[in-house]
This record gives sequence, C-alpha cells and structure tokens, in this order.
Amino acid sequence: MREKLVEAKGLYKQYALKSDKLFAKRRYLKAVDGVTFDIYKGEFFGVVGESGCGKSTTAKLILDMEHPTKGTVLFKGRDMSTLKPKEWRAIRLDMQMIFQDPLGALDPYMCVGKQIMEPLEIHNIGDPKDRKQMVLDMLAAVSLKPIFYDRYPHELSGGQRQRIVLARALIVKPQLLVCDEPISALDVSIQAQVVNLFKRIHKELNLTFMFISHDLRIVKHVCDRIIVMYLGRVVEEAESDELFANTLHPYSQALISAVPSLTPDAQAKRIMLHGDPPNPIDLPKGCRFASRCSKCTPRCLESEPELVDMGNGHKVACFLVTGK
Amino acid sequence: MSDNVKNEKVKFEVLSGVVGQETKLQKVFRKVPPMIMLCIAWLLFMFIVAVFWEQFAPFDYEAQDLSHRLSVPKIFGGNDTVHILGTDSLGRDFLSRLIRSIRTSLLVAFCGTIITAVLGTTLGFVAAHFRGWVDEAIMMLVDFQYSLPFMILALLVIAFFGNNLVFFVFLLGIEGWNKYARMSRGMALSAQNNGYAVAIRQLGASPVRLYTKHILPNVSNILIVELTLNFPAKILAETSLSFLGLGIQPPDTSLGSLLSFGRAYMMTNWWLAVIPGLTIFLTTLSMCLLGDWVRDTIDPTIRK
Amino acid sequence: MHVKYFLVKTLRAFLTTFLLVVFVFFVLRITGDPAQAMLPDDATEEDYIEFRQLWGLDKPLMEQFYIYCKNFVHGDFGQSYKDGRDVFEIISQRLPKSVWLMGMSIIFSIVVGLPLGIYAALHRNSFGDRFIMGTAVFGFSMPNFFLGIMFILIFSMKLHWLPSAGSDTWLHLLMPMITIGMTRMGSYARYTRSAMLNVLSKPYIITAKAKGANRNRMVYLHALPNAAIPIVTVIGTSIGHMVGGSVVIENVFAWPGVGRLLVSSVAVRDLPVVQAIVIIMGLAMVLANLLVDFTYGLLDPRIRVTAGDK
Repeated sequence: MREKLVEAKGLYKQYALKSDKLFAKRRYLKAVDGVTFDIYKGEFFGVVGESGCGKSTTAKLILDMEHPTKGTVLFKGRDMSTLKPKEWRAIRLDMQMIFQDPLGALDPYMCVGKQIMEPLEIHNIGDPKDRKQMVLDMLAAVSLKPIFYDRYPHELSGGQRQRIVLARALIVKPQLLVCDEPISALDVSIQAQVVNLFKRIHKELNLTFMFISHDLRIVKHVCDRIIVMYLGRVVEEAESDELFANTLHPYSQALISAVPSLTPDAQAKRIMLHGDPPNPIDLPKGCRFASRCSKCTPRCLESEPELVDMGNGHKVACFLVTGK
Repeated sequence: MSDNVKNEKVKFEVLSGVVGQETKLQKVFRKVPPMIMLCIAWLLFMFIVAVFWEQFAPFDYEAQDLSHRLSVPKIFGGNDTVHILGTDSLGRDFLSRLIRSIRTSLLVAFCGTIITAVLGTTLGFVAAHFRGWVDEAIMMLVDFQYSLPFMILALLVIAFFGNNLVFFVFLLGIEGWNKYARMSRGMALSAQNNGYAVAIRQLGASPVRLYTKHILPNVSNILIVELTLNFPAKILAETSLSFLGLGIQPPDTSLGSLLSFGRAYMMTNWWLAVIPGLTIFLTTLSMCLLGDWVRDTIDPTIRK
Repeated sequence: MHVKYFLVKTLRAFLTTFLLVVFVFFVLRITGDPAQAMLPDDATEEDYIEFRQLWGLDKPLMEQFYIYCKNFVHGDFGQSYKDGRDVFEIISQRLPKSVWLMGMSIIFSIVVGLPLGIYAALHRNSFGDRFIMGTAVFGFSMPNFFLGIMFILIFSMKLHWLPSAGSDTWLHLLMPMITIGMTRMGSYARYTRSAMLNVLSKPYIITAKAKGANRNRMVYLHALPNAAIPIVTVIGTSIGHMVGGSVVIENVFAWPGVGRLLVSSVAVRDLPVVQAIVIIMGLAMVLANLLVDFTYGLLDPRIRVTAGDK
C-alpha cells in the first residue's frame, strides 16, 4: 500500500449568493458537491473537467485557502481545519501552489529575485547571506539565467514568469505542488516547454503533483492517475493508462473523444455533447450529467449515482456501468 | 599596469554613470511645465525657510518694542529701515513673526498629513483584511466622519478638552482620514482578489508582511497623490482654526493667527493681513497644482 | 429594489445620528464630571444637585444615556452659562440666519458653477474652458477667510460699496455668500464639465448628432440629465466642507448665525451651547446627506445599492 499524502473526504463547498430582495430565501452555489479522493506520495495526480466544474475550488480546499462547508482534508494524516494560524503558515513549507495567471501571481513592484527569496524570509530559512545564492541556484533549476534576478515581472515573457512562480514555490522544498491550470494562459508554443519542466522537476525532486487542467492531451502526457470532475462531483477516477484505454463514464468518453487525434478513424467516433451544463445553483434531480448524456435512462433522472470501485482502483459514478 | 587599466575603467564607468544621470534629469526637467517649476521653487523656498527659520529671522519673533508699534517699512512708503516688513501692534518685527509662522504652519500641517495617512491607510487595510463586522464598524465611522464636518468636530473637541500643540497636531490628523481609509480599503480589497496577494498569502506570509511589503508599495502611487492633495487641506484647516483663535496658541504664532491679528489694521497697515494670507494661498496653490500634475503624470488612469 | 435602497439609506441616517449622540455623550463623560463641565464656575451646591437630578447622573450609564436622549428630544439642551438663557432658545434664534446663508451659498455655487461647467464642456480647450478650470484650483487653495478679508478690504474699506458686517439686507448677504460659494463653485464647474464630456462621448449622443438633432435640445434634454448624477454626488459630499467653511466666514463678516455662536462659545467653553450646536449641525448634515441620497436614487433608477457599499 502506498503512502497517502492527501486525503479529501466528502468535501462540500457552497457559496452564498447575494440577493436583491430583502427577505428572500438564501440561495447557494454548490461549487464542490461531495468530493472524495486520495493523493499518494510521489504521484502526478490530475484533475480534469470543464471550466466551472469545481476544479479550482477543490485545489483551494486541499491547500486550505478556503474552508470546506462540509468534509475534511487530511494532509499527512493531519486535519487541515484544526490548524492554528501559525501552524497554517508553517505548513505552507510542505504545500505550494502554481497559478493560472503567473503575471497576477507576482508582485509587479518587486524584482523577481526578491520574490523568489520571499518564502525564505517568511519562514526564516537559511542564513540571510546565503539566500541570494539559493535563489540563483533555483533560477538555474528552472532553466533561467542569473540576470533575471533583477528583472521585474512585466519585463518577462509568460513562460519565464511561470518559471519564476515555480521557482518561488520550489525554493522551500515542498512535498505537494498544486498547479491550477498552470499552462492555459501561456502561448501554445511554450506550453510543452513548461510541461516538460514540470515533468523533469517531478522526477528529480520526487514531488507530489496535483495538476489541474481542462486539456486532456497534457493530462494524458504527464499524469499517473486522474479524476474527472463534472459540476462539483467526481464522475470517474482511474490510473491514467486505464482511463484512456477503458473509459467508462459517458462524460469522460465525450471528453476523450474530443481530443484531436492524428488517426483519422478516431475522429469518426467523436461524441458530441449537446447543450450547456445545468445551473449549479439549482441542480435538477438525478444524475447531474443526465441532461447532456446520450445514454440517459429514466433511472438517471430519478436518483444520483455514487462513485463505485470497479476493481483495480478504477472508480466510476454511472448506473449504466455499475448497474447498481 | 593592470591596476591602471582597472582604474581607467572605473573612472569611465563613474563618468558615464554621471552623464547618464544628468541626461535623465534633464529629460525629467524638460517634461516639467514652467508653471509646475514655479510651484516647486516656491515650495522649496518655503521648506528652506521653515527648516532654517532661526537663521532667516532678523529679530526675536517674541521681542516687543512698544515704542515702535505698527511702523511702516520703507518698501511700503514708510520710514522704518530696521524692520524690513515693519512691526505689529506690539512692536514685534513682522518679518521674524512671518518666518516663525511659516515654520509652525508647515510643521503642524506636515505632521498632521503624516498622521492622517498612517491612520487612514491602516484602518482601511484593517477593514479590508478582517472584513465582517470590523469592516462594517470602520466604514460606519467613515460615514460618520462624512456627516460631521471636521471643523465642527475640531471645535467640539477643543471646547471640551482644551488645546495644546501636540493635541492639536493629532486633532488635525483626523482631518480627511476617511478618504484614505475608503481608498486604501478599496485598493486592498481589489488587491486581495488579484492574484499576487493570494499567492503571497499562500506562501505563508503574515498579514503585516503582505500589507507593508506588497500591497503598500503597489498602492503607493495613489497614496502619494492623496498625500499631496491632503497637505494643502491640512494647511487650510490649521490656519482656519488659528484664524478663529482656537488653533495655535500664543506665544507661538501661525499664518492663520498672524492674519487674524493683522485684519484689525487693514486700513493703515494692510500688509500685516495680506502677506500671511498670500503666503498661505501660494503654498496651498502650489501644492494643489503639483498634486494634480503628479497625479496626471504618474497614472493617467486615476484621473477623475 | 427602490424601497430597499431608501430603507437602507434612512436606516443609515438614523444610525449616524445615534452615533453622533453617543459620541458627544462620551466626549462629555471622558472629560470627567459632566456637572462640573456643564455648570458655570459660580454654580451653587443646589445647582449641582438639580443638574445631577435632571440628567440622572446618579443612575447607571445606560439609563443616563436614555435620559440624555430624552432631554434632547424634548428640546432641553440645558442653560448657557454665559447668561443662563435656554440653549435651545438661543440657537433657534440664530439658526434661520445660518440656514439662509448656507442655502444661498449653495444655490449661488450651483447656479454659477453648473453653467460654467457646461460652457467649458461645449467649448472644450478654448480660453474660457482653461480659465474656468483654473478657477477650480483657485477655489480649492484659496483660504476662504483670506478671500473674505480681501473682499472687505476692497469693497468695504476702499470702495465703500458693501457693508462689512451684519445680516440686515441683501447687500450684507452678498460678500459672505460669494466667499462661501467660491470655494466650491470651481470644483462644481470642473465636475460638470467632465460629466458632460463623458455623456457627450456616449454612443447615443453621437448617434443623435449624426442624425442632425438640434444641438441645444440634445444638450439640455439628453446630456444634462444623465450628467446630473455624478454632479449631485459631488454637491452632496461637499456640503460638509461648506458648512465647515461657513463657520469661519460667519466670523469674518460678523454674521449673527450659529457658526459665530459656536466659535464664541468654544472660546469661553460654554459647553451646553457647543454640545447642542454640534448635535444640531450633525443632524442637519445627516438630513442633507439623506436628501442627496434620495435625489440620487430618484435620478438613477438603475441603482441597486446594498448596505455594504456606498
């Protein structure tokens, strides 16, 4: 049995909506609606889904940037919600985050070298005299020249900025790195470069990655294990190879079929999704994918399927597959 | 030999550095309109007078000479050649009093401006950071301040607590805090949601570090503009209260109290009122114009 | 939507009034024994006992506050210790004069400032435009008491056109009104100009222009009402500034209003009078702000303002 680094148990996150009326009933947006999964130590864990499916919120819950409405997150067996502010800050040494928009994640008024050094100052790591060298080493590790130390974020390209953000995260030697759509804001031409950098770092530093993306090509390329999310729920979970070879959930099938392929016959099998996902504020009864599912049965409109293990760690939430 | 070469190189670098800076300065100067240059010159002059007031004042500003009351100086057609601007109703040298007043008014306004900036910005950040009832309470105070003009508040407090210099400076520090609080709160709120604050918070930075090292530098442009526009308001508040006899108390003197004393002799010695008034006006005007210009230059987007 | 907006604003006004009374109440307590602060130096022992009875000073703080508010509602602000007259009576004699001056000053600044702003917007970058914008900075930075004194020097002492003190005739009103109005007139012109320019660049105005609509009709029927919203806000926020300024100006021109009474009372520390004036002025400010908020709400049917933001 592999060691679990993160255990997410029945996470719910609701946001109260502002109302115009004075005495209207409070309405809630269910961003994450009952999510359970584990991340094992050293693995490259992927989270896939359309925008608005609760991927980013899940990431924030894992890092305890936001508190779940219900459910717990265990990090190395420790309940994140019980941390005191000081412990919360200290545990940041073990978990770091990479953001979708690297320009927004950097302070525009501070040179990037200082920003990479910042975690060291915050957590009082190393001798102040040695810190600059540590930063320069880190710059080298993300393939940037030392001259970048004195540059400001606006002087860098998107890929360089993301490397800076990565360097800032890695300098504290974390165990878990959560990447929220880290390459979707970058030019396609440099996406591959940055992804390969992630992969290299994963191998060299034996980090655990939680990699969030809507781009299945990249997820397939880098991840060991993947969960597919739809409207705040996990619909399928499997090892990467297993998921792509033996896709069970209709939603996952649709997603995977939409990936452009070089083989012409694969193109023919493409499953089109019709309509938009239902409104996450008032979800219909039954399976939340039913409205767009081509294989929808009367039962799917009645009750919601649970995530069931089909063996070999391949879990799926669909009546058609599980039969239950 | 090699040392020589090195020296030459250093020399060259130093020289080129200086040359570079000079051209840069020249560039800046070329961009400054002549009107703003005049404002800066006047403010600089006032600043120097305020700092070196003791060197500038020809006489003791408190020394009375009852035999030489309200003397008319030569420049205004009189026969007093000793006192450049004549004397006041107690025979005190008017120029010395004017210089002392400039010092007092500027110093009080300066300290008040700093206090307001620190107080208002801190409260704004606190409101933005804690949200919830803390935010509500601070914003309620801001609204409260809007509905109670500073002048009235100041008079109430002076009536109940009396007045002394330190107290008065802190009282002036209240003037306009609500503007800073509202602005810094708004900017901190938007900064919190915009990437870098989230990112730095999740690095494990303490709120104090986040606000002082990151958010403050990011909003400093706007705060500096507010500072330059608040300073003249401070001068006006101080001189108004001193004019009413409720601000700076004798034996010290401010431009406001100088003007107030001078108004009784306007028929004969008009300059006793006009000169301090003009000094206030030119100073606030220069600062306002400079503030407007700085705002438009630093960031055209915050122009309103 | 509308009802909620007005409700929230009214609630806020009440809350501010409450805060004001609490504030003054506590300022009075902090100074020590209110009886000592509020009674003249030559008060007898009986005066003290009577005062403590009236304001319930032997009772718990909450009850004291209740009595305090109740006395105010009944118009009982105590006696001035300069001459022992009823404070409410003194102030109600002075109040109309101040309201008159303030009202006329606001009207003056709007009546002059708005057309200047419209003119500047319609003749953008002309000499007149630049001149009008220049006066805005002038108004901001000119100490109003100095301006008043200059007026007196020129129009009363040298030219003998206008009286320098008192409030008996229209001629008396002229100088203080202009002095108070001047400080804000320029900024009203400035805001009107930018609001007008903003509206005039909107697509619907440009469309109307392209269709050959009548220029005057367009400016006054379409552009001005839309530009009015930001202008009303600016006028609202500047009222407090003007009230503060009027306190000084009443003293410059010996105008027998509340502001002058306030300053002379502060000077001799006639605390019952000071306290009453501050509460009445604060109340007037709250009402004025409420009025502006309501006007704003009526002008702009789109606003849906929640309690959190203003």
